[in-house]
Amino acid sequence: MPTKLVVDCTTGATVEVELTEAEIAQREQEAKAYAEAKAKEEADAAAKAAQKEAILERLGLTEDELKVVLS
Amino acid sequence: MPNTFIKIATVTVGSSGAANIDFTNIPQTFTDLKLVFSTRIITGSQANIWYKFNNSTSSLSWRGLYGTGSAAGSNNGTTVGLLAGVTTAANDTASVFASGEIYIPNYTSSNNKSSAVDNVGENNATASTVYLVANLWSNTAAINQITLYSDYNFAQYSEATLYGITKA
Repeated sequence: MPTKLVVDCTTGATVEVELTEAEIAQREQEAKAYAEAKAKEEADAAAKAAQKEAILERLGLTEDELKVVLS
Repeated sequence: MPNTFIKIATVTVGSSGAANIDFTNIPQTFTDLKLVFSTRIITGSQANIWYKFNNSTSSLSWRGLYGTGSAAGSNNGTTVGLLAGVTTAANDTASVFASGEIYIPNYTSSNNKSSAVDNVGENNATASTVYLVANLWSNTAAINQITLYSDYNFAQYSEATLYGITKA
């Protein structure tokens, strides 16, 4: 069973406490939510990169050449 | 010179590891708080490290700037917790720990609570991640508890120290 370290800042006492079932469930839920958010972020970034590459191909320019045009 | 920077408490993780480090009953007598941490997790590769106030994971948002050694970028989020950056992990160089600090101004005020993070997932190698994060907890309650956690358990010798800062 995972544990947490709890320090009482008023007394200075530290105790090791097992996570409750609810805390474990919350932890798993949070990890899942973050994994989903990160996967979406990566998918969005990949889609944007592909879109950018397609536009450059249509224009017949490299990224460096486009930077020169825009500078 | 006034004594305005005072250690409140330090927690060091023992051999059995720990999922969370909780600072509770934080004195309400300081102006600002600073949490300094040195962490490593027991499994996998570098993972995010999070924190929350008063055990709340609602009404929060963060925006981060990062560099990995080969790329730089930004990201943001509203789930899981406030972002404290990344922590060194089992796949990284042995005996190396991430380091970071969280600055929490006006933690007893009745305004929403902003906090700033400066962190690096140390690896003693080329690939490592450095993070600057702006965090916001949109809640007006005074902060009396801070929890530091990651996706996996903290390894032995991970450590966090909470300081209280009083305006001179």
